[in-house]
Amino acid sequence: MIIQALAFYLFSTVLIAAAVMVISARNPVHSVLFLILAFFNAAGLFVLMGAEFLAMILVVVYVGAVAVLFLFVVMMLDIDFSALRQGFLRYAPIGGLVGIVLLVELMWMATVWAVAPGASEVGVARMPAAAQIPNTQALGLVLYTRYVYVFQAAGLVLLVAMIGAIVLTLRQREGVRRQDIARQISRPRERSVELVKMPPRAGV
Amino acid sequence: MAEFWTNFAWPTVTITAQILVIVVPLLVAVAFLTLAERKVIAAIQMRKGPNVVGPFGLLQPFADGLKLLVKETIVPSGANAAVFVAAPMLTFALSLIAWAVIPFDAGLVLADINVGILYLFAISSLGVYGIIMAGWASNSKYAFLGALRSAAQMVSYEVSMGFVIITVLLCVGSLNLSDIVRAQETVWFAIPLFPMFIIFFVSTLAETNRSPFDLAEGESEIVAGYFVEYSSMAFALFFLGEYANMILMSAMTSILFLGGWLPPIAVAPFTWIPGPIWFVAKISLCLFVFLWVRATVPRYRYDQLMRLGWKVFLPFSLLWVVLTAGVLVATGWAPR
Repeated sequence: MIIQALAFYLFSTVLIAAAVMVISARNPVHSVLFLILAFFNAAGLFVLMGAEFLAMILVVVYVGAVAVLFLFVVMMLDIDFSALRQGFLRYAPIGGLVGIVLLVELMWMATVWAVAPGASEVGVARMPAAAQIPNTQALGLVLYTRYVYVFQAAGLVLLVAMIGAIVLTLRQREGVRRQDIARQISRPRERSVELVKMPPRAGV
Repeated sequence: MAEFWTNFAWPTVTITAQILVIVVPLLVAVAFLTLAERKVIAAIQMRKGPNVVGPFGLLQPFADGLKLLVKETIVPSGANAAVFVAAPMLTFALSLIAWAVIPFDAGLVLADINVGILYLFAISSLGVYGIIMAGWASNSKYAFLGALRSAAQMVSYEVSMGFVIITVLLCVGSLNLSDIVRAQETVWFAIPLFPMFIIFFVSTLAETNRSPFDLAEGESEIVAGYFVEYSSMAFALFFLGEYANMILMSAMTSILFLGGWLPPIAVAPFTWIPGPIWFVAKISLCLFVFLWVRATVPRYRYDQLMRLGWKVFLPFSLLWVVLTAGVLVATGWAPR
């Protein structure tokens, strides 16, 4: 139990420190690296809660794919660091306001807000008992039965976003010679190699 | 005090001992893999390879290690020192921590977690960070080009690797690595899922930045890619990390497709040989193919590499996932 508590405090301290560094680091690449550290510690917290599937998915999806592309973009950008820090004081009040609103909402949820009586039991009834089956299976059992339409809708939203990104960035340039590999490898020998018998010393 | 000893101190000691039992042979294996690579390539090219240091050149890895150890560590003046130093450590650490979940025999595993295969997938997808951090922190054009290439390459091949893993998981019905091996008692997955086996192996070549997909290094065009500015032990950590990753990927291939610790058929002469030896033999076979490919196949052109990943492997593995799922449901073979 003590080890769990120690791990919890370690993960949450590093998580919060890394989150602070994300917004206060001067170099945007360092910010992204701290963001990755924050993701990692969040995954650690998930593991402590017994949600090992979510923890691994967080690492695979966010750290392994999203943050790589993010880092990719940030590294390629030509950033003027001094211009980036210029408007800080001007925008600080707005950012602070958003932060305060979020904090108040969270505290509202935690203290004053009351869930309708019986709602939590309904939610619990749908969930398989955590001790009997691994939580990967438990997730699958509700995700593909009870919530299958919502799941499919989320998939469709992602599909639309993907098609949108492709449509926005795809452009066919004129005058570019493209390689057609299917044509190349289906070319018969007769059309690519010609054996010519030349009489000696006759020249071409 | 006695409670402290039984609850905390003794578990710490035993776990540390178990970690050492895995890591020390692994590092020795990495050292000899570098020698094996040079010997195998030499044999393929009809040379002798290293044969001067020790009998048959067996001490060559240690001579190389010593040489790297006594060299000077250079941090370029324009480099981002913290990230520059952290990158090789990250690469090396990631190549070691994945071994925590690898089962060497029935029940012989350090951490038998439920999501073992996802853990392996997550750790192997993090390998790109060491490379991309090294390339960026070096503040050098060649290193940066190498890092960008490798980032794009590893993200591309991860997708098809994910689909291959899903196909295997459909046949197993569990994410636990020991369960995956046990599910292959009747037949190794390399036989019914043969095309996936090939795709997985080629993807592991790309994932470890090995030839013919070693464009991140590409010594003929971008000198040595992401580690061009590294010297001494920092370079050695990258080097060891790459070879440890090769062994890890071979272990993953053996677990997913070649039946892990299981003998080919469960009859008398095969069952006498203990499981870990079968496992190591399968890993060695995969590693030999790694080296064989390196000595035989020329390097891919970058656009061809992307085409292979996105236009060939991805649609094919997606199709195979659908096909496998369909067959499993239609025949009722799907695990409950």
